[in-house]
Amino acid sequence: MDHIQMARAMFGTNMAVHIIFATIGVGLPMMMLAAELMYQRTKDLQYVVMAKRWTKTLGVLLGVGIPTGTIAGVQLSLLWPGFMEVIGRVMALPFQIEIYAFMVEALFMSIYVYAAEKIKPWARIVSLFFVAFGAMASAVLISNVHAFEGTPAGFRFENGEIVDVDPWAAFFNPSFLVTAGHTALTAYTTGAFVVAAVAAYKMLKNKYGTTEYNFHQKALKLSIVLGLVFSFLTALNGHATTQHLYREQPEKLAAAEGLFETKDHAGLTLFGYTDREAQEVKYGIEFPWVLSFLSGNSFDTVVTGLNDFPEEYWPPLYVHILFNAMVIIGSGLIALALFALVWNKWLKKEYPRWVLWLFVAAGPLSVISIECGWIFACTGRQPWTIYRMLSTADSVTSYENLGFLFSMFILVYFILCVSVVFTLLYYFKRHSVMDDIYKAEQKDVRLFDSNS
Amino acid sequence: MSDALLAITLVWGFIFLYAIMASMDFGAGFWAMTYIKKEETNATKIANSYLSPTWEVTNTFVVGLVIAIYSLFPGAVFPIGVALIVPASLILVLLCIRSAFLVFSHSVDKYEKVLTYISGLTGLIIPGLLISVLPITHLGFVEGVRGNEELNLSKLFTSPNEYAFVGFGIMSTLFLSSLLLSDYSKQADEMKAYKIYRRDAMITGPLMLVMALMVMFTLKNEANWLYEGMMKNSALLLVSLIFFIISGVALYLPYFSKREVKGMPRLAVIAIIIQYLIGSYVYGLAHLPYIIYPNVTILSGFTDPTSFRAVFATYIVGFAILVPGFYYFWSIFMKDQRRKFKRRQMTN
Repeated sequence: MDHIQMARAMFGTNMAVHIIFATIGVGLPMMMLAAELMYQRTKDLQYVVMAKRWTKTLGVLLGVGIPTGTIAGVQLSLLWPGFMEVIGRVMALPFQIEIYAFMVEALFMSIYVYAAEKIKPWARIVSLFFVAFGAMASAVLISNVHAFEGTPAGFRFENGEIVDVDPWAAFFNPSFLVTAGHTALTAYTTGAFVVAAVAAYKMLKNKYGTTEYNFHQKALKLSIVLGLVFSFLTALNGHATTQHLYREQPEKLAAAEGLFETKDHAGLTLFGYTDREAQEVKYGIEFPWVLSFLSGNSFDTVVTGLNDFPEEYWPPLYVHILFNAMVIIGSGLIALALFALVWNKWLKKEYPRWVLWLFVAAGPLSVISIECGWIFACTGRQPWTIYRMLSTADSVTSYENLGFLFSMFILVYFILCVSVVFTLLYYFKRHSVMDDIYKAEQKDVRLFDSNS
Repeated sequence: MSDALLAITLVWGFIFLYAIMASMDFGAGFWAMTYIKKEETNATKIANSYLSPTWEVTNTFVVGLVIAIYSLFPGAVFPIGVALIVPASLILVLLCIRSAFLVFSHSVDKYEKVLTYISGLTGLIIPGLLISVLPITHLGFVEGVRGNEELNLSKLFTSPNEYAFVGFGIMSTLFLSSLLLSDYSKQADEMKAYKIYRRDAMITGPLMLVMALMVMFTLKNEANWLYEGMMKNSALLLVSLIFFIISGVALYLPYFSKREVKGMPRLAVIAIIIQYLIGSYVYGLAHLPYIIYPNVTILSGFTDPTSFRAVFATYIVGFAILVPGFYYFWSIFMKDQRRKFKRRQMTN
């Protein structure tokens, strides 16, 4: 591995770990808010218990999410000083505002946790709303930097100098809304399906009809409805994202689809891998004309193939697999949630065990989909950090001995991931659903203990 | 005042705030470890209860500080990034482990001991690493041409000034935190813990001052430009020394109340913060115009004027929103802590 590869791997590893906790950290507050609202509607105390247990989970997950986020924030300047120099001049605003968004989240989270039993229900919902809002805003703002990397705006290079800086034009760059929206919607989808996975697993492990079974069933139903809504919105937004790629980063789209020749009536290929020599996707299933239609709403749309770009501008061709995995999992989630909803609402039947097992799988799969999406988005932009403006080679640090530091970070991520799982298992083994429901039914007992 | 000067003042303010907050945070971790065997004094409990609510803010502040530097002085990012990659990576790793276990220990009681040792050891190492940033910026060991800079580690580690700074950083951490904890335990009516922390402050205070003198002494040889610059404000340095003496006296003074304990820790804390404020102001002023000596100055590193105005506006708006919010939260939290201690005392 040369030193650019090493720096990319090092930062990529950080992001791969951080993104799991960051995504659930955005999705879970939305679920908590939904549970609190359900409690206001039904006055069923189990929803409060649900919100409480998710709050606790969130608190533990933040124990990895915040430190890895700290690493990400600092490592950007350590590994990519050339990139951050441009960002500092042009695109500093999202980072600045993100700090405040995060502080808002932390502040209201503390108020919600410390003062939950002392404040009125509406104040509890308001503080939870700000927790969810702060988390979502942080994600949106950071994704905006990613959007800017794909569709830079608000500056120009003239003889190597940055001129005509307009920080707000950079902030509202062409793909801001569609990219940031994608991050937020997929985080909500993932939050819902991760909750669904735990609930379904607990339903499988508990006897039908017990209080615990019913508790988890309520959680599952709530997450199915929200999961369906957000996965469907993700699909609509994903379509818009693809059309943006078509217009603004055509070689990324061509690589995602494994399209070499420029043509109209271009087909969409699912599965398979892109063969550089044969210039085609091998072992895939082709749907003729579909790609042209998706790109420009008409079969006549001409989609530019990779051969029309110099080969040094080509993204790595394996992004086809990542793109496919993301799309296929996403579509699967919609289908599963829709099926489960129809089954339960119209056929009035309990979920058979195999459906529950599908939900158990859906949680980790949604996280895998997020990972594939991010790796696709970032490797698909190579060889650039800022598309057609700044190359990755010009962004990287001149420090070359990254190997030792890299292995040190890997060790730390490993320790954190193992201990976060252990912590969650340990805590919830000792604080069962039944205990919490019992506590909730007693008055004057603190349900929320101060966690962080 | 020019924009660049305004910006560097802002950065200096952040660094100062972070230094104070972080010293207290890290030092508290060290004291919690030191007194883990003396359960009857509650010294560990006091230190730990101080630790828990501050970690999120201190963690975010690290990022906030880094963001402030690259959004205000993007021209300095490359040399700073290259110079600090090793120390900053070490700091990140330690900070990450420390914060994570702080959170986990709330849920897993058997982590509490592990945490106390992790936060105790990192509480000493991290400040030592953090303060090394200062000698790196002023000793001139960042070598090489633009875009290809490198930190000369062997020169750094053979420099007496570096070690004087490390010692100063560690002693300051211990001194500031023991002083704050003495005030905090007095507030909570934990007199045994108070006596311990008051004694620790009395020991670490003079040691800190010795290290500060060592810093000046080594600075004279190794970075004379900075030493001369600081000496131009020797009157201010003298004032800062007076505040140190005030704080020392405050620890010995009888407390004007019915209680039999001695010392006015609140006054001592305030005097010491003023001492550090003056000291770091003199250092910072002498450091100008360099961000990294002799490669980067505040003018060569300064951001685009349009960006500066936009960023500055977000600072004003952000602080206007957050400061009242945090004040409100802090008051809830402090009340909560006091109640907890009272409850614990009643059950004892």
